[in-house]
Amino acid sequence: MDKPLLEVRNLKTCFYTEDGVVPAIEDVSFSLGKGETIGIVGESGSGKSVTALSVMRLIPYPPGKIECGEIIFKGENLLAKRMDEMRRIRGNDIAMIFQEPMTSLNPVLTVGQQIAEAIQLHQQLGREDARDKAVSMLKSVGIPSPQRRVDDYPHQMSGGMRQRVMIAMALSCNPELLIADEPTTALDVTVQAQILELMMALKDDLGASVMLITHDLGVIAETADRVIVMYAGKVMENAGVKELFRRPAHPYTVGLLGSIPNLDEDRARLQSIDGIVPSPFDMPKGCRFHPRCSLAMDICRNEEPGFVSIADGHDVRCWKYA
Amino acid sequence: MAEALLEVKDLVKHFPTKSKGMFSKRTGVVKAVDGVSFSIKRGETLGLVGESGCGKSTTGRLILRLIEPTSGEVAFDGTDVRGLGKRDLRALRREMQIVFQDPYASLNPRMTVGQIVGEPLDVHGVPNGGGKQQRIQELLDVVGLSAYHAGRYPHEFSGGQRQRIGIARALAVNPKLIVCDEPVSALDVSIQAQVINLLQDLQANLGLTYLFIAHDLSVVKHISDRVAVMYLGGLVELASKEALYRSPMHPYTQALLSAVPVPDPERKKHRILLEGEIPSPINPPSGCRFHPRCPHAQEICSAEDPAFTEVETGHFIACHRSRERAFRCLSPKGRTVAKRLTTSTLA
Repeated sequence: MDKPLLEVRNLKTCFYTEDGVVPAIEDVSFSLGKGETIGIVGESGSGKSVTALSVMRLIPYPPGKIECGEIIFKGENLLAKRMDEMRRIRGNDIAMIFQEPMTSLNPVLTVGQQIAEAIQLHQQLGREDARDKAVSMLKSVGIPSPQRRVDDYPHQMSGGMRQRVMIAMALSCNPELLIADEPTTALDVTVQAQILELMMALKDDLGASVMLITHDLGVIAETADRVIVMYAGKVMENAGVKELFRRPAHPYTVGLLGSIPNLDEDRARLQSIDGIVPSPFDMPKGCRFHPRCSLAMDICRNEEPGFVSIADGHDVRCWKYA
Repeated sequence: MAEALLEVKDLVKHFPTKSKGMFSKRTGVVKAVDGVSFSIKRGETLGLVGESGCGKSTTGRLILRLIEPTSGEVAFDGTDVRGLGKRDLRALRREMQIVFQDPYASLNPRMTVGQIVGEPLDVHGVPNGGGKQQRIQELLDVVGLSAYHAGRYPHEFSGGQRQRIGIARALAVNPKLIVCDEPVSALDVSIQAQVINLLQDLQANLGLTYLFIAHDLSVVKHISDRVAVMYLGGLVELASKEALYRSPMHPYTQALLSAVPVPDPERKKHRILLEGEIPSPINPPSGCRFHPRCPHAQEICSAEDPAFTEVETGHFIACHRSRERAFRCLSPKGRTVAKRLTTSTLA
């Protein structure tokens, strides 16, 4: 088997706040093969975005700090890299698309300048060439009359257009890994469909791997090859996409799937998960999901479960399967 | 057939746009809502879906007269809401309430939950007599909160709990109609399910009527009896939920439904990818507002605004090509089928 492009092992990232140390993610491990798309799904506060930012080493320090673990990208541990080495990797080998296209673009620079910046920096192209490349990138993400739009400022574009610009910028240096953090959450469904289609088509052209972070299980089902489900900073389940939707194992995953109304079937009542996500300052003892779990046993309240493999490539962190 | 509780006819709201500066001049109008008609029966849930900027929230607010309509009629239980004076309007607000989208912005951070839920009781009086405190406890209980929560402030609650507080406030005066303006879109899925279940239980127990405004088609399908689809200030389709989701007739509805990601990796569906984006309501396209993006547009579509007509019992659609059988039979799945049919009908 080929070596995975990215391998994350036992990653732990903490935030040092005035009220104490908060472990935002703990014991996060997964691997991502070449050309593969991994979906990271979870509710707010589950640690999806912190995982992505940790891989990019973009966790602000202080208050955040990657405590331990390994992030092996193309055989090298990113956590051992110096900051200037990281800067060469970021944007070139690993690129990121953020959720909010309005706040992640610089409002005082034209979109062309912003795309060209990365190209000039990483590809050692001159200004004219970088500009031409920016125009061709805008064209490839489907922006009409790119020659003209390249000189537009972000505020002159709609949300969908801005997200296209973000994609153009992220893909301008042919990255091998693309991290997309809720890339379509702020967009309407018809625009979301356009953007997802575009992203996946370009990903195939480049042969890049994608780490897609979202809370939308529908988006996951349509784009990912493999899924990890996060809850309260930990990975609860890790499975291939078909396996996960066909045989969800963790009670949290089952509850999550039961919570979404489906266009194709009629259900009189949604199966909801009682209670709320625990505060990171007050994590429950034992399994983090046990206060909301209808199947909780005594052991769940006292001891933290480890990963159990229940099928080939299907791991779940639950005492039920231990 | 049950008598309609709410009747909306040709509702219009145009917001003037002004140029900047001290002597601001009217430069144009945003046609936020431009001729919307529908009715809601007692005990029914009407879903109103559309993308951002289509005017669905404005419609909700116009019904409650939180903003004044430019023209059109809103009749609640037989009375025309538009003509009411201040006092009568206040009495009417007892009958219709609203739950807002953002549970963070719609609760006053300086008031305790008891004060928030009790405020409508101060304004309108406690329904069926009884003590105010008792009613507050009753309300908190109904929405799944505890009596001791009454002394706490909104910031002490999670998003889902805040939305419950908003619902309790709306229920305080025993309204007949509740306009739910994106009540679950700010919530996580597991919490969203809790709130949807709560809204359904309340409807069953209290006989409420809902206007449920949302952009999430799956949620709307789950909770509604009938669904209206809005695009750029106007309704394009209105039908029972079964008819609308099984055989959508308007090309926009078809595209919208095909764009929803389905949580089933083994079902590959065909997408109708719309080109371009929603035009600006300041300068909407001539004729049918959807024609620049419509895969089936013909000459007439850019010239004339199609009427909102009933093509089957209870199924309304605003489309020039609604009479064409072949077109109407189009399934939302087949992009290729759609193309073939269009060319043959054109020929």
